[in-house]
Amino acid sequence: MNGIITVLGKDSVGIIAKVCTYLSSEGINISEISQTITGGMFHMMMVVDLSDSQERFDEISSGLKEVGASMNLDIRLQREDIFDSMHRI
Amino acid sequence: MITQGEVLETNKMINEENLDVRTITMGINLLDCADSDSDRLCKKIYDKITDSAKNLVKTGEDISREYGIPVVNKRISVTPIALVASGHSQDTCLKIAKTLDKAAINVGVNFIGGYSALIQKGSSESDINLVRSIPEALASTERVCSSVNLGTSRSGINMNGVKKMGEIIKEMAYLTRKDGSMACAKFVVFCNAVEDNPFMAGAFHGIGERERVINVGVSGPGVVKYALESARDADFETLCETIKKTAFKITRVGQLVAKEASDRLGVPFGIIDLSLAPTPAIGDSIAEIFNEMGLEAAGAPGSTAALAILNDNVKKGGLMASTSVGGLSGAFIPVSEDHGMIEAAKSGALTIEKLEAMTCVCSVGLDMIAIPGDTPASTISGIIADEMAIGMINNKTTAVRIIPAYGKKVGESVEFGGLLGTAPIMPVNGWSCERFIKRGGRIPAPVHSFKN
Repeated sequence: MNGIITVLGKDSVGIIAKVCTYLSSEGINISEISQTITGGMFHMMMVVDLSDSQERFDEISSGLKEVGASMNLDIRLQREDIFDSMHRI
Repeated sequence: MITQGEVLETNKMINEENLDVRTITMGINLLDCADSDSDRLCKKIYDKITDSAKNLVKTGEDISREYGIPVVNKRISVTPIALVASGHSQDTCLKIAKTLDKAAINVGVNFIGGYSALIQKGSSESDINLVRSIPEALASTERVCSSVNLGTSRSGINMNGVKKMGEIIKEMAYLTRKDGSMACAKFVVFCNAVEDNPFMAGAFHGIGERERVINVGVSGPGVVKYALESARDADFETLCETIKKTAFKITRVGQLVAKEASDRLGVPFGIIDLSLAPTPAIGDSIAEIFNEMGLEAAGAPGSTAALAILNDNVKKGGLMASTSVGGLSGAFIPVSEDHGMIEAAKSGALTIEKLEAMTCVCSVGLDMIAIPGDTPASTISGIIADEMAIGMINNKTTAVRIIPAYGKKVGESVEFGGLLGTAPIMPVNGWSCERFIKRGGRIPAPVHSFKN
């Protein structure tokens, strides 16, 4: 199962590093990253592999929220299916 | 692979445009609880509901967290209690109402529907017992919802039932006079009631249904409204296309949630109800969609056409997005639950007569309309008869959920709180229909040909 992480907030140094460090400490592999900065606002989307950590979804989700809170960012983890369902037939 | 733009679009719908899954409703068959002893009957009902739905609320919350979409309500519908309580007294019906309430509280659902009777052609002894018990049942419980089916296109309209409904609606308004006649908000009458409706107050688990089933109601008037901003002043074809595409996306999410809930609970998936159900929140309103379409207020000339466009295109877009569509599917136009409708009613743009016309093309009927507390029972029955006739002749579901707010007059309003919102008291046509309603009997089934 894939998860989608979205990061939204004011751009600052080390956002990607912090998120990636957290994911690596949880043993989660990142399969795709795309990132844009518009008018100083940072937006990143990551596709991560949650096949081995499905049971820890809530734990990882709140871990990411904490990482976000420490940098004034909104970080969310959602299952990929919701986007697939809406945008792919 | 999903693009960043698509992720943003979905999350914008959820976070800014109030996209949500309005309800996951578990239908539970209670016919096998039948027992000649009322205590045993109630125990069996309680045990079956609490066992079947023990994981319903948790599952809804888990799904909501994992997908990042609110699942607003978790609810239960049961077999019409008039059938389950056959052979029992009115007191037993009341005891069952309290049992349903207790079971709902135990499993944590906010409403349980099915305190219902199907009397479209006439009433059995147990139907009569249940109907008589409705006012007290709703006044003495918190979460029980009740409905009565008064007519169908196949069998006509039970006018004895219509007359009785005016009286019991007045009675329940009086019994709950301290709470703004709240019981009336938990009671609805139907023509052509559907057996798989997940929405309250009219949900019940039809007798043609399986043992247990998961029905899901999606929503998202806000998403449609925002999508229409991109089609401002475009022609009607573009307008319709925009609604269809949006309805498709909304419904796909509903289908995903329904499938997931069904798998996790081990209960078969029934239907998706493609309804646009408003809430009192700003940006979650059907009336705002009318504004965006080009009407100054809901109720302005053109409102019926606007609603017809909305209703039809929600269905066209949603049908392909789900394996099975059912329930009431379409656009709801409750007054108290939609801030734009409330404003329109307060300003006089929207009248009961215009709402009645709009119900010919919406998914249900006159919904959450507060009227003066001194409205005669026969006038309420007259309003119901008109609405039932629209349903019967046009082969559609119609309904009436009306609140004669005790002690209140036009210009005042009644506050229900939460999703039920605030209802301004709307003026009612004062001409009498008492002699008409007094006749009693039944309006025979209509002709199904020679459609004009």
